[in-house]
Amino acid sequence: MATTKKAGADKTASATAKSGTSKKAKSSAAVPDFTAEEEREAYNQMLLIRRFEEKAGQLYGMGVIGGFCHLYIGQEAVVVGMQMAIGEGDQVITSYRDHGHMLACGMDPKGVMAELTGRRGGYSRGKGGSMHMFSREKNFYGGHGIVAAQVPLGTGLAFSNKLRGTDRVSLTYFGEGATNQGQVYESFNMASLWGLPVIYIIENNRYAMGTSVARAAAKSEELYNRGSVYGIPGEQVDGMDVRAVKAAGDRAVAHCRAGKGPMILEMMTYRYRGHSMSDPAKYRTKEEVQKMRQEHDPIEQVRQRLLASGDMGEDALKDIDKGIRAVVAEAAEFAQVDPEPDPSELWTDILVDA
Amino acid sequence: MPTQILMPALSPTMEEGKLAKWLVKEGDNVTSGDVIAEIETDKATMEVEAVDEGRIGRILIEEGTENVKVNVPIAVLLEDGEDASSIDAAAAPAAAPPAPAAAETATPEPSGGAPAPAAPAVITVPSDTEVPEGTELVSTTVRDALRDAMAEEMRRDDAVFVMGEEVAEYQGAYKVTQGLLDEFGGKRVIDTPITEHGFAGVGVGAAFGGMRPVVEFMTFNFAMQAMDHIINSAAKTLYMSGGQMGCPIVFRGPNGAAARVGAQHSQDYSAWYSSVPGLKVIAPYSAADAKGLLKSAIRDANPVICLENEILYGHSFDVPQMDDWLVPLGKAKVLREGADVTMVSFSHGLSYTLAAADALAGEGISAEVIDLRTLRPMDTDTIIASVRKTNRLVTIEEGWSVCGIGAEIAAVVMDQAFDDLDAPVQRVSGKDVPMPYAANLEKLALPSVQDVVDAAKRVLYV
Ligand SMILES: Cc1ncc(C[n+]2csc(CCOP(=O)(O)OP(=O)(O)O)c2C)c(N)n1
Ligand SMILES: [Mg+2]
Repeated sequence: MATTKKAGADKTASATAKSGTSKKAKSSAAVPDFTAEEEREAYNQMLLIRRFEEKAGQLYGMGVIGGFCHLYIGQEAVVVGMQMAIGEGDQVITSYRDHGHMLACGMDPKGVMAELTGRRGGYSRGKGGSMHMFSREKNFYGGHGIVAAQVPLGTGLAFSNKLRGTDRVSLTYFGEGATNQGQVYESFNMASLWGLPVIYIIENNRYAMGTSVARAAAKSEELYNRGSVYGIPGEQVDGMDVRAVKAAGDRAVAHCRAGKGPMILEMMTYRYRGHSMSDPAKYRTKEEVQKMRQEHDPIEQVRQRLLASGDMGEDALKDIDKGIRAVVAEAAEFAQVDPEPDPSELWTDILVDA
Repeated sequence: MPTQILMPALSPTMEEGKLAKWLVKEGDNVTSGDVIAEIETDKATMEVEAVDEGRIGRILIEEGTENVKVNVPIAVLLEDGEDASSIDAAAAPAAAPPAPAAAETATPEPSGGAPAPAAPAVITVPSDTEVPEGTELVSTTVRDALRDAMAEEMRRDDAVFVMGEEVAEYQGAYKVTQGLLDEFGGKRVIDTPITEHGFAGVGVGAAFGGMRPVVEFMTFNFAMQAMDHIINSAAKTLYMSGGQMGCPIVFRGPNGAAARVGAQHSQDYSAWYSSVPGLKVIAPYSAADAKGLLKSAIRDANPVICLENEILYGHSFDVPQMDDWLVPLGKAKVLREGADVTMVSFSHGLSYTLAAADALAGEGISAEVIDLRTLRPMDTDTIIASVRKTNRLVTIEEGWSVCGIGAEIAAVVMDQAFDDLDAPVQRVSGKDVPMPYAANLEKLALPSVQDVVDAAKRVLYV
């Protein structure tokens, strides 16, 4: 399975170019190198998400986490690379597959894990759960359970930026399955019409539950192009390579900050785990998953580069891993000892006292 | 024949206005589209255009006149060859618009008792559910019963097809459509993209086109995306088309709270759909009713909402082994006879209700339990008959109580059996909050067996 694609080779590229406003999707071949510091940061961030998610999966198995629990394992480079491309005050919004986004936004792993277990120290004080967390402080706007609902919401965040006259950008993440919802196109139209600073990040992990992208989407090989009729430029990006993600993110952020309106980034990525915790996994082969893990793992790629460049040795990498494991263990511990919400919380937060 | 030009209305609510200015004078020739006058109301100004060709024979209302009533003649237009002498006849006050032929005064139907509208196809469902003596009963899960219902109807009628997210290759997100793809193929068991508003509309269109779609929503939480087509397209079109355009479609899927899936995935829509004329709503509890009602729903010529419950999917019940097991829509069922208090519920609410009836029996209280089975049209006769007997009523639902199913039942009972009540009707429901995720709060948000027992004791004053 290819994770990168050159848009030059695709049939509609000339048609999009003709529109004058859309540019061709870029190849990720010319990926700029990271500095040693960037490599280390990416490694740290991605590993934190990976370890956190592994622990969440484990706690789910123990019955400590209930309901749905959508893990981000395999997709870490997308959110980490994008986060490296934005700055203070830029907003992030996503679906229910949100743990990675929250950690990348700098939210406290303890608060996230405690929300997963439904405890009072959770970001939503136990009332939201895995799919519904928010942080005004970190500009994370959720955590949305209805497929594609976050797309107009993220567009609205960009609208607020424009009305308030800031140069902030809204990162609006959604799955490739979500791209088939009508509200995505209603959003594209308004964003382009009104020149809104929103980056639509399609996390194309190839599957929406058990439906492969090709079975659900017309012209599924070029989702980045789905804004072209609205004049929204799009790029397809190797979402397993954090450098490619950041480079595309840099371009998109610059585009938005320059007042040129929205942009679409289609991140070619992969989820290693099931859709949620119960997943019969009959829709893909074990070999396919194995191949992605072995040949394209986003964390392993950075690790190999760090080792090859001599920036870090095995021991130093092990120390990082140890540190992260400690952070995650502390979060898991907190999430299990923290009490459940007070019963009176049932009746709070329904309306603001006005 | 001279034509009257009438004072036009600027809006549906305008009753009168000012004839501000004439832009033509008597004797002028006009063609349609010419602006001939300006009128004003307190809200707006509008130009009046001629709609016919001719000569202004007479101006009947001077410019500057206030309070000119809508539809009053303001001028007379003459055709070629006509002169002023023909005007007087035409200038007589315009006749009042013909009153609609007096229709027979409709007697208000008790809620839910409205007769089914003229439907494009005949419903072949018996009015009761007698199981012939000696019929074998087979323990079946609600999940399989629903599947069997669809499979049997698909075998029976080529127009039936099943559509939704993950219904085919994945065998259903909750495995309700297991095996259907194998038996009926991809042409009749169709995986859709995640595009509820779109595929609900496609389903309604297909029903207009003569098919009998069964549209699965992965859960009814996602049907909110499709609400417009369910209500505006499916429920109202028969009426809007004067009875021509029926919409035989079933929208089905799990409704209400599952377990720990949070606010956006745990809503009970029973009351929402039940408030809509043009829909039928079923909410089965047992596997036998799930099968029989769904089969009837697929044969029904109207849009039917089938509200299932994820927790009940795995529960087993005896299902009569019959060639064609049908349960009629609109008939409640007394699940348990009793003398002291009537308890009305449906779907998963019956789990609490039946357990509460057991607990009450242990205390010497005999509860009659009614399974509504169909929420719209609601079988209020069965409820009333029971209340006449027990004189006390408790309703149980998992949804919110404000404007809920229990509120509707209470209103009906007050209306039809006020004098039979020995205590105010008590409603047990989900709490008036979005569903919380935390285990302890979720438990508090949902009704419990104890809530039902307590409510029964309240109406019994014990
Ligand atoms: C409107 C709506 N329909 C259906 C669902 C059930 N559902 C949850 S996730 C999902 C698949 C989404 O796939 P994709 O957009 O590719 O995101 P991914 O899960 O791969 O991150 C579905 C069908 C839902 N939550 N909302
Ligand atoms: Mg996906």
